[in-house]
Amino acid sequence: MSAAETTYYDRKGIIGTLGRDGLIQIILIANTFIMLVPILIMVFSAFKSTQQIFTAPFSIPDFANLINFAKIWTETNFLQYLLNSFVITGASMALILTLGTMAAYALARYEFFGAGFILMFFIAGLTLPLKLAIIPLFMLMRDLGILNNQLSLIFVYTAMGLPSTVFIMTGFIRTLPNELEDAARMDGASEPRIMWAIMLPLVRPAMVIAGIQNVVPIWNDFFFPLVFIQNDALKTLPQGLTTFMGEYATDYGVLFAGLTLSAAPIILIYIVLSRQFISGMTSGAIK
Amino acid sequence: MPNLRPTGRGLWITALIVPPLAFVALFIVYPIVSAFAYAFFDWQGLLRGEFVWFENFRIVLFEEPYASWTRNAFSHNIIVFFALMVLQNGLGFFLAYALWRELPGAKFHRVAVFLPVVLSTIIVGYLFKLFLHPLFGVVNISLKGMGLAELAQPWLGQSSTALWALIIANAWHMVGFPTLVFLAGMQRIPTEILDAVRMETRSEWVKIVKIVWPLVAPSTTVVFVLLFVGAFNWFELPYIMAGLDGSPFGSTDVLGLYFYRTAFGNVSSGQQDFGLGSALAVMIFLFIAVIAGVVTVRLRAREIQL
Repeated sequence: MSAAETTYYDRKGIIGTLGRDGLIQIILIANTFIMLVPILIMVFSAFKSTQQIFTAPFSIPDFANLINFAKIWTETNFLQYLLNSFVITGASMALILTLGTMAAYALARYEFFGAGFILMFFIAGLTLPLKLAIIPLFMLMRDLGILNNQLSLIFVYTAMGLPSTVFIMTGFIRTLPNELEDAARMDGASEPRIMWAIMLPLVRPAMVIAGIQNVVPIWNDFFFPLVFIQNDALKTLPQGLTTFMGEYATDYGVLFAGLTLSAAPIILIYIVLSRQFISGMTSGAIK
Repeated sequence: MPNLRPTGRGLWITALIVPPLAFVALFIVYPIVSAFAYAFFDWQGLLRGEFVWFENFRIVLFEEPYASWTRNAFSHNIIVFFALMVLQNGLGFFLAYALWRELPGAKFHRVAVFLPVVLSTIIVGYLFKLFLHPLFGVVNISLKGMGLAELAQPWLGQSSTALWALIIANAWHMVGFPTLVFLAGMQRIPTEILDAVRMETRSEWVKIVKIVWPLVAPSTTVVFVLLFVGAFNWFELPYIMAGLDGSPFGSTDVLGLYFYRTAFGNVSSGQQDFGLGSALAVMIFLFIAVIAGVVTVRLRAREIQL
């Protein structure tokens, strides 16, 4: 390999001096730089005044300067938006995982009439762009009396999250062996008890994958709150951000601080759990 | 099989399956079916009027000014789709190829390339909007700093650059997704095949075209379909960066914005028409479903031959 390849490299200009791997390394470093610089500028700018952002956009700021954050803390509903996002995302995730596990367990562990059809019904919901059904959804929420109510968001997110959750968890549960359950049945354990005590501990890895795949789009969603929620006190973080950006349109430091605060929770969790995030979010696309 | 008495077993399965089924039926299936029905009625605000057959479809397709709005928005979606196909998915493929070599630091690069994907589109939209501000944005400030002041311009304020600014913001936001899907595809290529190819050729290019590309075909189907659905659903990014009207002068208008405006009205026109909106929704929906379906079947068939 070595001799032939060396001469091969020698004949090429930049590839010859650096080696192919060197060139690839440069491309990767350049790309990582492009990915991270906007985020770094955002964080740096959050600690600067508008004047400093204009005169020295790339300089490292004085991180003790918390004036912008103090303004957000005291003058806006930012904390309320954050809390609303936590409540809505938390409630939706709890419902998705509970209902998704129930359906997946029934579909994967029991044979009954229509099981194949029901699975198809769930999977069909996977790629349908629900945004396009927003007019009937709006009317439905109005008829149910939950427009301008957080329940409307929780219900829609739950329905949207179920197809992928059922899909991932049915596949996972089918790979689990039957022996433990059969043994428990011999001992006279009831079906609910078998599901609770034996299956649930085993399906946790699939629940983590399904959870991550749904939590990010729900936390980040803007469209459904835009249509369903009018009351400022009920707004979610992405929706509240638009109100906030409008109010502080000229105070650049505060705007960047608001963006930084909004991005911080998910960036921090991503950095800690990047492996789970990457596999969770791409698992639907990789089969 | 469980040795329950038939009724007890049926009851237990019903209890497990009905609540999740009800959610999907009520909040996904029912609204989508209704969207089709709504499109055939004349709507007066929130009240349903008479059955008007294909009148709503005729208006949005053939009657001015709707017809030109529809054409304008649709043509922008097409541009967005092809541009992202090249920029985002094309770049994603080569980044995946670079990461696949597992050079020192590859893990760090992988985490970095996926980081923007977890951010909400709203944050990304505002971030780029601030960066592209004609006076205070870092893009123009750095151009001036580099002595290229004549290149500085109101990126989002002129028709010639606005749509491209949104496309680039989208590519930055999402390039990590196809990258990691392609990378996963490459990591499943058996080493024996790769070793065999190394004996045959030293050209990277031949290796990519003849071996890597055909073998990651399953990933290309998924990435293509997801991008297609995403590009024709484009809403948040143009809404934040360019506004609900697709300003300036409709140069960033896309079907998502146009549909939302038609259904729920906007500040300037105040118009709100559920019938025309539903007709648009149905057409976008069918267009996405047909193309995505055809592509999936076609590309899946090609995979089997490989």
